[in-house]
Amino acid sequence: MRLVFDDVTLALPEFALRASFDVETNALGIFGPSGAGKTTLLEIIAGLRAPDRGRIFVDDVEISSLKTRERRIGYVPQDDTLFPHMSVKKNVLYGGTGGAPILHWMDDLMHRGVTKLSGGERRRVALARAMTTNPRLLLLDELLGGLDDAKKRELIALIPRPIIFVSHERDEIAALCEHVVSIDRGQCSAPASLPQSSFSLSSRPQLKR
Amino acid sequence: MIAFTIEMALVATALLLIPGTLIAWLLARRAWRGKALVETFVMLPLVMPPVATGLILLRLFGRRGVIGSRLGFDVVFTWRAVVLAMTVMAFPLFVRTARVAFEHVSRRYEDIARTLGAGEIRVFFTITLPLASRGIIAGAVIAFARALGEFGATILIAGNIEGQTSTIATSIYTLVQLGEDRAAMSLLLVSVVIAFGAIFASELLLRKA
Repeated sequence: MRLVFDDVTLALPEFALRASFDVETNALGIFGPSGAGKTTLLEIIAGLRAPDRGRIFVDDVEISSLKTRERRIGYVPQDDTLFPHMSVKKNVLYGGTGGAPILHWMDDLMHRGVTKLSGGERRRVALARAMTTNPRLLLLDELLGGLDDAKKRELIALIPRPIIFVSHERDEIAALCEHVVSIDRGQCSAPASLPQSSFSLSSRPQLKR
Repeated sequence: MIAFTIEMALVATALLLIPGTLIAWLLARRAWRGKALVETFVMLPLVMPPVATGLILLRLFGRRGVIGSRLGFDVVFTWRAVVLAMTVMAFPLFVRTARVAFEHVSRRYEDIARTLGAGEIRVFFTITLPLASRGIIAGAVIAFARALGEFGATILIAGNIEGQTSTIATSIYTLVQLGEDRAAMSLLLVSVVIAFGAIFASELLLRKA
């Protein structure tokens, strides 16, 4: 995936968010302390917040000019935001059945109510839901945060590519990402490439594009 | 006459359900010109003397009224006037409750639905409305209870014609004036029971919402 941020700027109460880079990657990590603007950056990509100016391209499509619902950007927010009035199945299939083959890892959860899931299960459901729309890429906000190591490994194995993965944990970024952008008080660094770790399997499922 | 009152209150509640829900949603979720004006206008019957509201309705819906002269059927002093008075007086209570219900629905759910490809109409019917439904039903129950007890506007535009426009409230008034306290007391009991049941039900609904 080629991801281009062309001079994206958004004034926030505390600081201005600025991102301008061009990177060819299948897994971009966004690393920074809490409150640095990581989530805001994802919301801009997903189309939930409009930047003051700037454009964003994913594989030469200018997604920043598309409506939110036309962007096909899968977004898994930190608070997972599962629809509380729907079953797991209805949640997962809300965006379509594009990723139906992935549902085998949901079989055990499908008919439960979302309020009865554990933290790890909720993340799995939110991830599956974001994948069924045939997204160009997935935005994962602190997807592994607060899970124990076994749960993390379980979830990591399910994450397809390409992704933008947000975390304040260096280890998680190292385990999942090819490139990393550091962000502090809204200022994004240039992308740096990361050494490939044992986790970044070349046989990962690819999102259809 | 008790059955007639309940019937009229049900019709009034049914009539205000769709326009009331629409206005409540517009007030809760959209910014538009003249919003404050509409807001005030909708709430007016709540604070004006009901008799004054009745007088306005009489002017509008009388045979020579702006609306009444164009209708082709009589409103004033018929059952339609009973429904009209009940609808207008219960409308603000319904809109208030439904509006709060809409405001309590987290925008995050709507946002995520948009990233999953849902358009605004789908977002409304699959996310916003179901999540607000308890509050909307509670609003309908309160509106129904208010409609049952309507007196001031009713007596002005519908009168108190036995067997035609007499309601529980207007009958109590007549019975007291005639000195038939016993009959008045039994009607009073009926209205207390109905009102208590309705408010109790709506409180339960709102608590779980």
